This record gives sequence, C-alpha cells and structure tokens, in this order.
Amino acid sequence: MPVIEVTDLRKSYGGRPVVDGVSFTVEEGEIFGILGPNGAGKTTTVECVEGLRVPDAGRVRVAGLDPVADHEEVTRVLGAQLQRSELQDALTVREALELYSSFHPRPADWRPLAERLGLAPKLTTRFGRLSGGQKQRLFIALALVGDPRVVVLDELTTGLDPRARRDTWQLIEDIRANGVTVLLVTHFMEEAQRLCDRIAVIDKGRVAALDTPAGLVRRSTGATVISFTPSAPLDEDEVNALPGLVSVEHRGRRITLSGTDETVDAVITLLARTRVTAHQLRVTDATLDDAFLDLTGRPGPNEEVTA
Amino acid sequence: MTAAVFNTAVLRTEIRLFRREPGHLFWILLFPALLLAVLGAVPFFRTPDPALGGLRPVDAYVPVAVLLGLILGGLQGMPQTLTGYRERGILRRMSTTPVRPSALLTAQMLVFGGAALLSALIALTTGRLVYGVRLPRHPFGYLLALLTAVLAVLALGAVISALSRTARIAGAVGSAVTFPAMFCAGVWLPVQAMPDPWARIAGWTPFGAAARALDAAAAGDWPGWDHLGVPVVWTVVLTAAASRWFRWE
Ligand SMILES: Nc1ncnc2c1ncn2[C@@H]1O[C@H](COP(=O)(O)OP(=O)(O)O)[C@@H](O)[C@H]1O
Ligand SMILES: [Mg+2]
Repeated sequence: MPVIEVTDLRKSYGGRPVVDGVSFTVEEGEIFGILGPNGAGKTTTVECVEGLRVPDAGRVRVAGLDPVADHEEVTRVLGAQLQRSELQDALTVREALELYSSFHPRPADWRPLAERLGLAPKLTTRFGRLSGGQKQRLFIALALVGDPRVVVLDELTTGLDPRARRDTWQLIEDIRANGVTVLLVTHFMEEAQRLCDRIAVIDKGRVAALDTPAGLVRRSTGATVISFTPSAPLDEDEVNALPGLVSVEHRGRRITLSGTDETVDAVITLLARTRVTAHQLRVTDATLDDAFLDLTGRPGPNEEVTA
Repeated sequence: MTAAVFNTAVLRTEIRLFRREPGHLFWILLFPALLLAVLGAVPFFRTPDPALGGLRPVDAYVPVAVLLGLILGGLQGMPQTLTGYRERGILRRMSTTPVRPSALLTAQMLVFGGAALLSALIALTTGRLVYGVRLPRHPFGYLLALLTAVLAVLALGAVISALSRTARIAGAVGSAVTFPAMFCAGVWLPVQAMPDPWARIAGWTPFGAAARALDAAAAGDWPGWDHLGVPVVWTVVLTAAASRWFRWE
C-alpha cells in the first residue's frame, strides 16, 4: 500500500493555478523526488502533504490519513523540513533538539543524530549565531527527531557545502535503509539522480514526467550524444539522413550529434563506408539535465550558487 | 487525542528565552520600580497632597508602577514576540509536530502574565522598603484587581498580534496603544487627581478601571464590581476579537 497518495491535487492563489492536477503515489521505503524549476509548485504540493496548506481540490493521504482533517495523527508519522522557517534566536541547538524530541511520543535519540549532522560541537550555540548551513542541518535533525515513518524534505541541501551535502545524502540513504519513506523536493540534478528511486518532474503545477532517473534520461529525445572530429568532411545530406537523429552541431571541425543507439550504429557504418576516420570519438549518454531541459524547456537549475 | 493548548516543555523554554532578553528584564521587571524610586526621591512626591485624599504622590504612584510593568509587557513585549514567531515561521514549524502552535500562544501569555505579577511584586517591595508605602490593606481585592487587569492587557496584546503582519508593525501599533494606556493608568497624573471628563473616560478603559480598583484595595476597601467588571468585559470582547482574527502564518 502506498504511504503517500496524491490524486488530482489543485491549489490556486489569487485565481492563478499553482498546483494544477498533480497525482503521484509514494511506496513504503521509497525515496521519491520532486524536481522542477523555481515556482513550479513543488513546495505548495508537499505542504499540502504535510497538512500546512489546504488543497482547493483533490485527495491527499499519508498512511491513509487526511493531513488536514487528521492533522495531529499525521504529525506523529510525518517529519518535515520546511523550505523556509526559523527558530527563536536565543534557543540553543541542544535546547531545540530536546524541545522538539519532547513533542513526540517515541522520539529518536537526538545525540547520534546531532553527531551525524556535525552539530555536536554546536550544541550550546544559539540559533541566531548559527551559519546558514548549520541552521539547515539543525532543521534536518528536527525533521528526523520524532523517528517518523515518512519524512518530507524541501530543498534539503540548499546552503550546505559539498562535503556536508554528501554526508547528508548518506544520512538519507541510511534512514531509508531503516524503512523510512522519503519525499524529497530538490532542484539539484545530482541529488535527484543519486538519491531518488523515482522522480516526478513538476512544471507549471503539473507533472511533466514520472519515472526512475534512468527512465527519465532514456525518454529524453537526444538520449545519446556522439561527438568526433572527422578526418575529412562528411556529406551534409547523409548526416542529416541518419536514423533517430535529433540534432547536429558543428564547432570548428568537430561535429556533435544527438540521437539514439540506432544513430550511433549508423554513424559508424557511414564512417566505415566513406573511409573517414573519427578522431577523439566520444559516445555519452544524456544526463538528467538533458532530460530536464527536454521536459521543461529550461536548463536544469544546477549551476548552484553557494549561499 | 486532544489538541494540547498547553505544553510544559514549551512554557519552560519560553521562560528561559524571556530571561535571555535583556530588554524584557529591564523594561518589564525593573523599569517600573526604578521609576518609582526616582520619582520618590523628589521631595514633592513625599509630601501629603489633599487632592489625593491626604496620600503622598509616591503612595498613589505604586499602583501606577504596578500597571506600567503590565502595560509594557502585554502591549509591547508579547505582541512583538508573538508576531515575530509567526513572521519567522516558528509557529508554522511547530504545526508540523504533534504539539499545536497554540501551546506557544498560551506559554507567551503565561510568561508575560507571570512577568507582570513579578514586576508588581518588585514595585510593591520597592515602595515598601524605600519609601515606606503601606502594602495593600485588602490583599485579596488587590490581587483580584491585578489579575483582571493582566487578563485584559494580554487580550489586548493578542489583538495587536492578530492584526499586525510583522513584528515591526506590532511594535508600532503596540507603542501607539501603550501611550494612551499609560495615560489612563495614571502615569502622568494619577486617576484620583484627574479632572472629571478625563477621569470618567479613563475609568471605562481597563487601565483606568484597574488603577481605581488597585487604589481602593490599597486603601483597604473592596475594589467594587464596577472597577473589576470593566477589565473583565474588555477581556471577553478582546479575546473574541483576537481568536477571530489571529492567523498562525
Ligand atoms: N501563499 C501564497 N500566496 C500566493 N502565492 C503563492 C503562495 N505560495 C506560493 N505561491 C506562488 O505559487 C507558485 C509556486 O510556488 P512554490 O510552490 O513555492 O514553488 P516551488 O517550491 O516549486 O519553487 C509561485 O509562483 C509562488 O509565488
Ligand atoms: Mg520551493
């Protein structure tokens, strides 16, 4: 039975649909990603799952419970890290961890959690004095401190340095190994690719695609990229007639083709037949970035700015 | 499963945070007693005044100092803290846990209500020890008057929090309400000495009514249901307004 069910979810602000018929299900123990450009409606969607926003229409269930009507019960099974929130400035890390674990009937031990998130040396530091990354790690700890069955993480690693990001990814994989279901909102391709079992790509409030990371890549139109520098010019017409070809790009003498496996075979045949040698031949699979570009018409917002 | 509006751990945390805020400690707990001490040092304040029924101004000023701590905490401290909690998503963060954010609202009321009572105790002690002001001769009436005033001021503070979108706005609205409240409580002129239209108008506010009730109880009289009733009516009306308009995010 799925742990999270979202069916035809809709939410408008000021008459403008922000979430426009989103449906997906998340299975027990799955890491499910929601990927999409800024303003796509990702946060609105997961905050409906958390019961923080009331949907205009559609059905949301978490462990069979309605997050709005059964809000309290849902908070016992679901831990959340919000995209934007703060704590009282004068509260120390230790006090925050103790306070939030006291809210839960059977909390996890916060000490190892703080240790794993690198917060151990900061336990007596006040929230207001923490760096952005430290605050973020504290919020991840607070999402996990109730020992939830489901955890929703919105922009998990924003503001973390690469090292802390990798540690956090490992932590997420570990909690999943313990059977926790993870709903992860992200705009980092690398994060989605590394962590997620399945990904819903959301664009303009709709699910543009829902598949495994590999499935999304396979679906992208130019799934395979072939590039080489031919020893002699190739006949334009013959190149354009290659089966499965999506695009051709010339840069100086170098030529880059994107297409399918079929295109690769045909290029090799063409080169052999015309006795042209291909220097520095490279054949690569498209990445999630390419798939994202195809689906949303925008480059993946991967070029991160470190906060 | 009951939606808990009270949580001991939240209350303990809010008490701790209150103690870490020097502004609160000074303005709410110390300032009223300090003002009393400074004013009492002026010889005029220690001269019995027929307009005050033979009391010295410093005697008449103790209830004023008692109300001052309450006003500063309830109309400045609490609304700004609470609005800041909402503005910064702290209430929302708490909504994702089994504890309701209303626990934070309750804790804030208890903390600032408790601080007001403590401040009153400090002002009374200062008056007694420094200037020999008699302690209230009707202690039960005094306590009752103080409690009704605390409730009314906290309810007004809650309305300010409900109507202010940001902590800055809450600060501005709080100040705008604080000055008339201080006037009615008798900070510039004790209510007993106010000329008639002013005295009557002030008497309809929770602050003026509370000042009268405290004066009566200090002198050893029962504060009277009219002076006790005014803050109670205000409390009921303001609480209804606050719960109607309060937004958690
Ligand atoms: N409370 C709100 N009021 C008005 N507009 C909102 C509100 N929340 C979100 N929006 C709008 O909805 C759109 C989607 O927002 P959001 O769900 O935060 O997107 P994402 O998380 O994918 O970046 C944005 O254009 C945002 O401005
Ligand atoms: Mg978002």
